Parts: sequence; structure tokens; C-alpha cells
Amino acid sequence: MTGSDEVWLIAGMAAVTFGIRYLLFALAERIRLAPWIMESLKFIPPAVLTAITLPAVLLPKGEWFVSLANPYLLAALLTLAAGVLTRNLLATIAIGLAAFFAHRLLF
Amino acid sequence: MNQPEHLRRQELLAGVRDTLPLLLGALPFGMIYGALAATSGLSFAAAVAMSALVFAGSSQFIAIGLIAAQTPVAIIVLTTLIVNLRHMLYSATLLPHLQHLPQRWRVPLAFWLTDETFAVTVHRFQKDDASPDKHWYQLGSSIAMYVNWQFWCFLGLLLGQRIPDAQSWGLDVAMPVTFIGMIIPFVKTMPIAVCVLVAGAASLLTLAIPYKLGIVLSALAGIVAGLSAQRLRASHPAGER
Repeated sequence: MTGSDEVWLIAGMAAVTFGIRYLLFALAERIRLAPWIMESLKFIPPAVLTAITLPAVLLPKGEWFVSLANPYLLAALLTLAAGVLTRNLLATIAIGLAAFFAHRLLF
Repeated sequence: MNQPEHLRRQELLAGVRDTLPLLLGALPFGMIYGALAATSGLSFAAAVAMSALVFAGSSQFIAIGLIAAQTPVAIIVLTTLIVNLRHMLYSATLLPHLQHLPQRWRVPLAFWLTDETFAVTVHRFQKDDASPDKHWYQLGSSIAMYVNWQFWCFLGLLLGQRIPDAQSWGLDVAMPVTFIGMIIPFVKTMPIAVCVLVAGAASLLTLAIPYKLGIVLSALAGIVAGLSAQRLRASHPAGER
């Protein structure tokens, strides 16, 4: 990749990313969200996060891998259990990461 | 008379504090970005600039993969646009809480809007105390995420130049682990549980759709399902809550 390609790449990525994040904030005065949209907003975070996470766990390298030999799946299951039981985000993430690396070391 | 200033600092620090666990999750994520960038053909300066100016983990990862595959710049930018579309859903969610603020607040909070800061801040905005300074909380979370991301990306770049096989360590596991931790606190009601199940199922059924567009479609499916479950429950008040 040449130097000028890199400049265009980063300028383009920065512009579209900021544009998406800022568009609605910029227009805030002219936007009134309909009641049904307001009602649906609370579903957005769990819906998006789940849609990103599940394929990353079940197809970690782009191929289906549904087995406890899949360290990503094992880590996900233990993370879920830790999260439900401890309700502590730091402990949950630490246990999930530890489970993954323990699995990789042992198998 | 410095009471409000004191409360603002409190909000700012609370935002930093509640983001601390997510900094741990971003650590391996940032390191592997740096390590991958070092071997992708992107220059050191460009990899640093991308973290500093784009500041969007998953699209940075995808960009690195596409650069290594010699993809044209225009395609990488278009892919970034699609992968980051979900941020528009985030800004729609925050809009009612931020629309009274001047642009000098909205611009930086938009630039720093990540999955992590959004997930943490939404909980703060949903609390029903009348604090007028909740945007200071978001600012604290934003700055913590930004500084942390720059640091680990930089370290990953340095290490990636020395340890060529760092990318095979599987550090990318940090993303699903962190996200699962972030999803759990949202699932408090039956409609949200329905939303999560449908979004998850849809994400597996839409894998064939290119450019990760399946993520946005699956999220929309989950939102519609959650909304329907909520309506259904409201129309049968005899049911348990």
C-alpha cells in the first residue's frame, strides 16, 4: 500500500465512521423520534451485541465449530455462567479470558 | 458555589470507573490489532493514525484483513461504512439524552461512540435520578476507552514487529468475552430475552450475506421480536411480568 493510498484509506474510514456516529446528533433539533421508535431503542444494545458475538463464537475462523474443543465456545459458555452468577463485569471478563487460555494451554 | 463542578467531576470519574472492566477486554483486542497491522503491509504510522482517527475496533480489524488481501481503498471504506452502521442505532438511542447539548459536546461524544462506551452509558442514562450532568459520565467513559485503545494498539504494533506469530495466539477471543459480559446486564425482562434469542438465531441464518450486513439485519429482527413480545404482553395484562 503506497503512502497516498494510506492517507486516503484513513481519511475515508475516519470520515464515514464519524459521519455515521454524528449524523443524528447533528440533526438533533430537526428530529423527533416517533413513540414506537422510542419504545424500540432499549432493544438495540443487546440485539446488536448478540448479533456480533454469536457468530464469532460458533464460527471463530469462519467455519462452523460447535464442540467443547472450540476454545471460543468454551470461553463463551464459562463467561455466560460467570456473568450470571457473579454479576460482576470485571470478574466475568477475567474468567472468560482465563478459560480460553487455559483451554489452549491444556489441549 | 462550586457544587455543580463537584458533581460533574463525580459523574466523569464514575464513567471512568464503570468502564474499567471493559478496558481489560480491550487490552488483547488492541494488542492483536497492532500485531496484525504490523504484518499486513500497513505502515507503522498509518496503523497508529487509524487507531487515533477512526477509533472503531471491529472495522479496524476488518480493514487490516482487507489490506492484507490487497483490496482497493474504496472497497475498504465502503465496508467500514457498513460495519459501523450499527453506530447509528446507538446514536438514535442516545439522542433523547444528548439533544439539548451544544455541538461542542455532541461532536466529541459522537467521535468517541464505541460499543463499550455506549453499553456502559446507556445504563447511566436509564437511571431515573435527575442529574443534569450524565453526559459527563459518557465523557469519562469515552476518554478512558480512547486512551486505553491507543496504548494497547501501540504496544501491539511494537510487539508485532518482534513476535511474528502473535496473531495465532487467539487474542481475538477478547471481543466475544467482553460482549457477553456487556449483554447480560441488559437481559432483565422477557421481551429483551426474546430480542436476544431472535437476534442470535438471525445472526446464524444471515451468515451468507456479505460485508457483515447480517449484523444489522439480525439486530433489526431482534428489535422487532422484542417489541412484539412487549406489545403482546401489554395486551394480556393477566400474564406475569
